[in-house]
Amino acid sequence: MPRPLEPVSQGTRVTLGISFFVLFVLAWAFATLGGFVSRTFLADPITMLQDGWLLLTRFGFLGDIGITVWRVVGGFVLAAAIAVPLGILMGAYKSFEAFLEPFVSFARYLPASAFVPLLILWAGIGEMQKLLVIFIGSVFQIILMVAVAVGNTRRDLVEAAYTLGSSDQGVVKRVLIPANAPEIAEILRLVLGWAWTYVIVAELIGSSSGIGHMIIDSQALLATGQMIFGIIIIGIIGLISDFLFKAVNRKLFPWRLA
Amino acid sequence: MSNTILQIDNVSRVFPGVRGGAPVRALEPTNLQVEQNDFITILGPSGCGKSTLLRIVAGLDRPTDGRVLLNGREIKGPGADRGMVFQSYTLFPWLTIAENIAYGLREKGVPKAQRQEIVASYTEKVGLRGFENHYPKQLSGGMQQRTAIARALANDPEILLLDEPFGALDNQTRGLMQELLLGIWERERKTVLFVTHDIEEAIFLASRVIVMSARPGRIKADIPVDLPHPRHYRMKTTPEFSDLKAQLTEEIRVEAMQAEGVH
Repeated sequence: MPRPLEPVSQGTRVTLGISFFVLFVLAWAFATLGGFVSRTFLADPITMLQDGWLLLTRFGFLGDIGITVWRVVGGFVLAAAIAVPLGILMGAYKSFEAFLEPFVSFARYLPASAFVPLLILWAGIGEMQKLLVIFIGSVFQIILMVAVAVGNTRRDLVEAAYTLGSSDQGVVKRVLIPANAPEIAEILRLVLGWAWTYVIVAELIGSSSGIGHMIIDSQALLATGQMIFGIIIIGIIGLISDFLFKAVNRKLFPWRLA
Repeated sequence: MSNTILQIDNVSRVFPGVRGGAPVRALEPTNLQVEQNDFITILGPSGCGKSTLLRIVAGLDRPTDGRVLLNGREIKGPGADRGMVFQSYTLFPWLTIAENIAYGLREKGVPKAQRQEIVASYTEKVGLRGFENHYPKQLSGGMQQRTAIARALANDPEILLLDEPFGALDNQTRGLMQELLLGIWERERKTVLFVTHDIEEAIFLASRVIVMSARPGRIKADIPVDLPHPRHYRMKTTPEFSDLKAQLTEEIRVEAMQAEGVH
């Protein structure tokens, strides 16, 4: 029996991780190929792969993937560029926090997806509308989480900096920001994951391209294989971006692992 | 001979009550004069306000009443003229040992070449050559506190403030640290204010021991330590040392009993 909190080796970890994927696909194949679930509602894994291949080779699905990735990254970068500095300021200066925090906390609970109809009115169904959905969905989350992280900076480090002659600005620049940089990167990684759900919602309504658009198109044709393929692609891209983010963080912040 | 570098004038500190509770008087009005090149240890039971007093000198806390003068100028806030070493490990974890030591110099705008020279000299003095490019996490607690001392000294402060810097270290390491700090002081004669609750440490390091009473803290005794320099750890077993220790143990015991509510 494994003991609580006992670490496992890297090899065991990978094997276990992969084996659940295998189990999952096996269960799916069993349910569909075994005839327990109607084909109309759930395609089997083989059909899904065939449909996916067709999508990629015949229907230009790669273009859809590209445009979706572009929207996520665009909206997310926009949100991060505004939210990270604001979050740092809010975390550092309590008066600024008192000024913005109540509004941001309120805005955070506004569902990004509910803005889609409104944004279509304001920005049409072009790219701007898609970017704005992701922007609205991400920006308040990032602001709040960064502000909390910065606000929780170890006080003794700040005090040490002051006794070493740091000015107020110096403390922000040379203690608050570097101390929280890894945490901020981690917050961005997390929120990027959420941004993926917003983009699909934005593409489900009033869109003529993207993964979400393909999924809604396929629904009309009852092509569940294509729909599942699209969903799985999103998962895979998410996994890759997560992996890249982690790798970059390890490279940028070696002191965390030292 | 009036070489007073630091003057503590009627400094008191009352912390406001939490959640409507009664305010807490941490420090009674306190007067203390520190001469140039003195090594003063402030000894007292925990919670006696000795750290509060040190933090007021550092400028990290404000006195409720009274004032602190450093070279005749009133202290209004923290500054590079008072180096501080904390009990907790306060090295910046994202900077290497060399970068940590250079922190204050960089804030001051000292040119790089000169910075490196100073850093190298202090790395040497605290015995950390070869660890310049390590991160704090990779070092033991004793090494981290040595770096913290080097970081404070590299700034060339007027006075060095230490708040139980060796409190978290094991006994053996603490002994070595005391010798290292004393060795540096014997060579450089930097004015030092050192807070501790360890009687042996207070005597071994000091030229003057200030004993503080239980909360609310006030200075209870001011005892000069005339043991000769350079001091060696074996001094801790000499009769003179033992006498001082016995005397201070009595002083502190009464206070500790009071602090614990034992009579």
